[in-house]
Amino acid sequence: MNGKTVVMGVIGADVHAIGIKILSHAFTEAGFNVVNLGVMVSQEEYIEAAIETNADAIIVSSLYGHGEMDCRGLREKCEEAGLKDIPMYVGGNLVVGKRDFAEVERIFLEMGFNRAYPPGTAPEKGIADISKDLGVGQP
Amino acid sequence: MNVRDESRKDSGFILAVDFGSTFTKVVAISTEKPEILGTAKSPTTIGTDIRGGLNNAVKELTAQTGKLTFTHKLAASSAYGGLKMVAVGLVPSLTAKAANLAACSAGAKVVKTFSYELNASEQEEIHGIQPDLILLSGGTDGGNKDVILHNAKKLAEIESDFAVIIAGNKSAAEDAREVLTRSGKHAVICGNVMPVFNTLDTLPARDAINALFLEKIIKAKGLAQAAREMTMPIIPTPLAVFECMQLLSENLGDILAVDVGGATTDVYSMCRGAPTLPGVTQKGLPEPFAKRTVEGDLGMRHSQETLIDKITSSQFETKLPDIESYRTACRSDYAYIPPAGSPHAHFDQMLAGTAVDIATTRHAGYLETAYTPFGESFYQMGKDLTAVKYVVGIGGPIIYTDDPASILQNAATPTRHATTPTRDNVLKPASPKFIWDKKYIFSAMGLLARVDKQLALRILESEL
Ligand code: B12
Repeated sequence: MNGKTVVMGVIGADVHAIGIKILSHAFTEAGFNVVNLGVMVSQEEYIEAAIETNADAIIVSSLYGHGEMDCRGLREKCEEAGLKDIPMYVGGNLVVGKRDFAEVERIFLEMGFNRAYPPGTAPEKGIADISKDLGVGQP
Repeated sequence: MNVRDESRKDSGFILAVDFGSTFTKVVAISTEKPEILGTAKSPTTIGTDIRGGLNNAVKELTAQTGKLTFTHKLAASSAYGGLKMVAVGLVPSLTAKAANLAACSAGAKVVKTFSYELNASEQEEIHGIQPDLILLSGGTDGGNKDVILHNAKKLAEIESDFAVIIAGNKSAAEDAREVLTRSGKHAVICGNVMPVFNTLDTLPARDAINALFLEKIIKAKGLAQAAREMTMPIIPTPLAVFECMQLLSENLGDILAVDVGGATTDVYSMCRGAPTLPGVTQKGLPEPFAKRTVEGDLGMRHSQETLIDKITSSQFETKLPDIESYRTACRSDYAYIPPAGSPHAHFDQMLAGTAVDIATTRHAGYLETAYTPFGESFYQMGKDLTAVKYVVGIGGPIIYTDDPASILQNAATPTRHATTPTRDNVLKPASPKFIWDKKYIFSAMGLLARVDKQLALRILESEL
């Protein structure tokens, strides 16, 4: 256990269930306390879970191409709910088709995500970044 | 010696008592037949020795049955306002809800549930409620500590002698107790109602509530002497009813029960409540099989304004009797029973029907529609009760009317048999049968089940 709690789930009406299971497993293996909300997760569910568990980060996964619509407003709602500056990460197949990822990344960073990942990013990449951002293993 | 004689040695009579706020009700049970020998009631002697009313009721009972020697004397009580509780949690749909469910499952009259950081006006409100106990939760184990600690401080400031059960984040529980005991409050710690996210664990809190009820509340409510005359500990009446409903569901299958009272309307459901419609995803806290909810704003007397407002703002306004005279009559005597057939009696029926409607709507689950790029999809929050076969009526305002079924009809869905999910669908029973506690024996059977479950089951079977 590294003492860090992360809340994760697949946002919106998205039912792709396999990726989040793997992600949850990988983060648990890496020492995180994982609160996995599964699929079809609303913005409110991430926020409520993060408040109750005093989470250190929120990880959003979206695979069906409508991530942009589903993620909009999440940062503002977090601020409203008192989760000030909680780190937020997003990955999966965020938009429909093969749009230039630099463009997609810009959109999600503007929305308030700390990092956004292109399709097919391995969980290990996220684990490395999030561990660094949260200061895991540092005194 | 033959077997029959052997079993006779054990046979005898059991007395079950229900100390109500208005009446003390007694039931005599023969273990041999098994059957109910008789029932009686007498006004509860509040202010003086509560045993006075009990003795009067027993006298009336034995006038019917002849003299009986009781091998067991069991009692439940809702006198002096019952076990009045307030639940406090963090997020409304998570630990606040879990705390409420835990307190309800212990048979408490949960007047109100608070969430997030308590403020000064909520402190005032709690002071005004004068709860016997407060269940304080908040945070999963290792989760949020700030809010439960803040709330412990706010509760410590309230000048009132309630006890506090701490059932929240284990990492903050000891500090919370420290704050409370320093202010002179009795505070105990038990297991978290939500130790892990979205996992309910209401048993430790329920046991802690029941223990404090025995230790402190019985005495505080002047029941100590009566308790010594009983052969088992006195329990809150709603807990006895809850246990009777669990028993009844062993016999009848899935049930929904409504108990309309003077101050609250209680709803019980005994069923899993999993989605019955295809393509529906269950969301929210897992629902307990045996679930009880208490609506503190839906009472026939003490808290009748919600119900009166609801009725007067509905379309039937023209048919209403003189509401002011009704209000006055109710206020001058909280035990007011209008003469049969009078306009007040008619209004009572409307009030009871409305209480059943609102309370079961709040208890039942509902469907929410999400509009997605691929059409509509449905989320179910709470229990799907559409397939529940029986609706059970409890409490004077339902039982003592000409037509209990028409009041209970309000527990069923008005739009019969939804076969496809529709928007904002409340998942109440679609086409249930209605039964009710004609002889007022449910709390007695709940008590009896603590001594002999099979006996209670057999009597319930023959009485219904
Ligand atoms: C299986 C599948 C389905 C199944 C899902 C079954 C289930 N319950 O899981 C079903 C048939 C239901 C389905 C439905 C649909 N699907 Co589909 N589906 C797939 C498929 C073939 C595999 C998905 C999968 O499980 N992959 C394996 C897992 C391990 O990988 P993953 O999900 O990508 O997750 C990993 C990484 O992305 C990463 N990751 C994910 N999130 C994050 C977050 C962070 C922070 C990080 C660091 C990493 C990370 O880590 C995960 C673990 O390694 C993919 C195509 C594909 N090959 O990927 C299409 C795919 C995802 N589906 C697609 C579509 C369009 C749909 C539908 C809209 C089809 C339709 N028109 O009905 C519906 C949507 C339904 C809905 N409401 O969600 C598209 C999405 C297109 C896009 N985004 O541009 C895809 C890409 C197919 C395609 N090429 O067109 N689908």
